[in-house]
Amino acid sequence: MLLIPCPNCGPRDETEFHYGGQAHVAYPENPNELSDTEWSRYLFYRSNTKGTFAERWVHSTGCRQWFNMLRDTVSYDIQAIYPMGAPRPDRAGTTGAESGTASLAADSTTTGTAAPSTSGTSLSSTTAAPEGATK
Amino acid sequence: MAETAASPTPAKTPADKDLAVRTSPAGVLRDAFAAGSLAGTVEISELPFLTMVGIRAAAGSDAAQRIAAVTGGLPARSGDVAGNGDTSVLWLGPAEFLVVAPTEAHESLGGSLIQSLRDALGSDAGQVVDLSANRTTFELTGPQARSVLEKGCSLDLHPRVFKAGTAYSTEIGNIPALLWKTGEESFRVFPRASFAEFLGRWLLDGMREYASPEVP
Repeated sequence: MLLIPCPNCGPRDETEFHYGGQAHVAYPENPNELSDTEWSRYLFYRSNTKGTFAERWVHSTGCRQWFNMLRDTVSYDIQAIYPMGAPRPDRAGTTGAESGTASLAADSTTTGTAAPSTSGTSLSSTTAAPEGATK
Repeated sequence: MAETAASPTPAKTPADKDLAVRTSPAGVLRDAFAAGSLAGTVEISELPFLTMVGIRAAAGSDAAQRIAAVTGGLPARSGDVAGNGDTSVLWLGPAEFLVVAPTEAHESLGGSLIQSLRDALGSDAGQVVDLSANRTTFELTGPQARSVLEKGCSLDLHPRVFKAGTAYSTEIGNIPALLWKTGEESFRVFPRASFAEFLGRWLLDGMREYASPEVP
């Protein structure tokens, strides 16, 4: 079981939390202009990252607040906790290269696993993985 | 209901109310609580019909300050309990609090607490909601109370960490509940009404071993 450090309540058991899926999935600017394919990409397609992954959690039996977490999907190591709306702490300085998950780019949902970080703990080695738009 | 003849509520409330017809969520366990309690070891009882008010107000806002003036303060962080006299305020979230007061504070019995909280909030953003029927209250006391709770609660309940006068929202026996340590050997557990019977039986089960002599 994970011991998750809630930013309000301190470390609590994983059973007190609910998972909110991938973080930083931006809502499309003009949803009405999207094709069905693009809309389905936004709704249903998420990264399946091996390595550091940004995800949302809510402390549902505690303070009932949402927060973002950077977690290594291999080692389950929790690397960072940061507020909703804040940029990924390990992506500071990288801008422009990312696209929203509504993108039709062939690699927008698949290459998260193409170059997994083997070091696991090095945040800088995973900066190229496409994870969707950062708010 | 079955326990109407033996309601524990003292008859000191407005005469036109027949309080004996009220049924508390764990009322069916009253006899079981009495039978399962072990004097001097661990005792459990239900404190039914406490007045509870849910508050939502952004910390530091004018409304929060006015509400704090009514309740005797608002807790600032997880675990804190504020209040004065017999009115306490438990921290549920950064802008969410639970006021716990005696039964008589409820407006149906002539109390003014809820209305004064509503007046304090005024038309500002926030909530003052009567949640008295949302949860019931178990009181668990005695030297073994902590070890009973530790069977189903993952918080560190050791006195060096869990101080008297703090309260946390957590899970007990896989049930979401509030746990308030009111004294060194006394705890209040607030399960939601629909979980009350389950959690009551769960706690009774956890207390059973202390009825037998300790195995050397």
